Amino acid sequence: MAKYLLKRIFYLLLTLFIVITVTFFLMKLLPGTPLQNQQKLSPTEQHLILKQYGLTKPVWQQYLTYVAGVFHGNFGTSFQFSDQPVSYLISSRIGPSLLLGTQAMILGVIPGILVGALGAIKKNTWVDTSMTVISILGISIPSFVLAVLLQYFVGLKLQWFPIADWGGFAYTVLPTIALAASPFADTARFTRTEMVDVLNSDYIELARAKGLSKWGVIYHHALRNSLIPVVTIIGPLAVNIMTGSMVIENIFSIPGIGEQFVKSILTNDYPTIMAVTIVYSVMLMVVLLITDIVYGIIDPRIRISGKSN
Amino acid sequence: MADEVKLPADSFEPLDKSKHLDSEKIAAPNLTFTQDAWRRLKKNKSAIIAMIILVIFFILAFGSAFISPHNPNAVNPQFANLPPKWPGVNINGVNGTLVQAGSRVNAYQAAGAGAGVHYWLGTDYLGRDMLSRILFGTRISLTVAVVATAVDLLIGVSFGLFSGWKGGWIDNFMQRVIEIIMSIPTLVVVVLLILILKPGMMSITLAIAFSSWTTMARLIRAQTMELKEQEYVLAAQTLGESSIKIAFKHLLPNLSSIIIIQTMFTIPSAIFFEAFLSFVGIGISAPQASLGTLLNDGQKNFQFLPYQMWYPAIVLSVIMIAFNIFADGLRDAFDPQTKE
Repeated sequence: MAKYLLKRIFYLLLTLFIVITVTFFLMKLLPGTPLQNQQKLSPTEQHLILKQYGLTKPVWQQYLTYVAGVFHGNFGTSFQFSDQPVSYLISSRIGPSLLLGTQAMILGVIPGILVGALGAIKKNTWVDTSMTVISILGISIPSFVLAVLLQYFVGLKLQWFPIADWGGFAYTVLPTIALAASPFADTARFTRTEMVDVLNSDYIELARAKGLSKWGVIYHHALRNSLIPVVTIIGPLAVNIMTGSMVIENIFSIPGIGEQFVKSILTNDYPTIMAVTIVYSVMLMVVLLITDIVYGIIDPRIRISGKSN
Repeated sequence: MADEVKLPADSFEPLDKSKHLDSEKIAAPNLTFTQDAWRRLKKNKSAIIAMIILVIFFILAFGSAFISPHNPNAVNPQFANLPPKWPGVNINGVNGTLVQAGSRVNAYQAAGAGAGVHYWLGTDYLGRDMLSRILFGTRISLTVAVVATAVDLLIGVSFGLFSGWKGGWIDNFMQRVIEIIMSIPTLVVVVLLILILKPGMMSITLAIAFSSWTTMARLIRAQTMELKEQEYVLAAQTLGESSIKIAFKHLLPNLSSIIIIQTMFTIPSAIFFEAFLSFVGIGISAPQASLGTLLNDGQKNFQFLPYQMWYPAIVLSVIMIAFNIFADGLRDAFDPQTKE
């Protein structure tokens, strides 16, 4: 286990290093400098500004400085907001994103498991059919369409929740629902398939033959065993939520890193784009690592060291 | 001993030989793989309905040059922001009226439009016909998705085949590459590629393709590793067939169901990414329209002119739903054993 963990962490660092390198050189390929109104500045002034950003040094030196900086939590200075360190920009905005992401994950996964399990137990009844319809809708309708629909009907017409902005809990409700829809649908579908499989297995027959009550069988034997594989989809769900957050935060004007990322792309703020890319990758890699470890712990059938897929 | 049974030859009657030859014959014709899948697909009503809807959308979108009532890019400021109006129908929502400051006004009269002027789905803020724009937008969205999926297919299948066939350290290395690509969120890869290639239809297509082939490659690799142990592949190798020929003659036909199913799931996700990027503002740029840019335009003033957002949203959602249902149906048809 320890060996496996070390190997995984080594790969994680390697991947992180590659991500940093690739994004750095990609950004260097792009035109654009922190200078605005270039014509108005004299060459000396331009040189001074570039020097302030460390852009006068050769590229390999810039690269080494950048990598060293990243491992100290220093991502350089934003092009868009002068004198604003990127690390500050991100740390002040990561809170709302993490809060929304966590809420959406909980709201998606737990009801998803319950609904999926119910669909499998009541297979081929109206409960199952309506669950299938809901999950197809959840998977198909893009989160931003759902977000705008929620804004229009729940926010504007019913006035139950604020349409946009960021304040207390009430402000998080609509964006959380919009973000949670697709993870909910994914989880429900996945759980249903797993549960149907488990319910057909021999040990469930045995549990029934022993005379356990219907719900006893479902709770003690079926649900527990079908939950294990659900852990594997947490990673893809996290990606889903990260992707969604970029547009959802924009629609609801939430000061998170997703909104910042889109803004930075539109204003060619390269240091911020790089930093957010790295932050997103780290978050995803950590989630993947944790789910793999959890999976190995809760399912004794998985021999973690021999796992290749 | 005495009772000897006499059986003269004429007590036997020869049967018609040709009749009995048939008893060994299988009445139903042999079904090919595709026919078999088609037969199963036909039983799945929702998948067939989804397929019909998709065919209709494809015909409308790609025939839009001939059937669209107006030029999608013709600006007509006089008739800006007109709501939908269907000739001869007087139901709120499609009769050319609009709620303004709490009361219904006839927007067509206010704009000074004659009795013959009607826009089926209204006009946008520049007076461009929404119906025509949605048709053209759908065409761009579908084109991007289909081309991206085709490129994705090409990269994914060849990468997966090569990796699975070669095995050893090459396979190991190629799998590490995929793992690294997979641990970067797809959207980030897409965004970086678009930044480098400059926003536009071409770059968005390539960006989606380059960032989504990994799933296909992994599936193909896993299956190839299984297939290459099969007797017929070994036989072909023994007979001196080249690897390329084996790949085309033996591996690809046996991988086709996976390829078809995965392709059908990739197209809707490509449609989603295109709409997503255009919605955020880094996708298709003006004056070209896609469903994403139409949604983005509509979202800006949906409080007052909700119809400008409803229709693109409905079209996008219906296409996505139809693709997902159809893909589900195809999976059940091509691969009845898979559980998921």
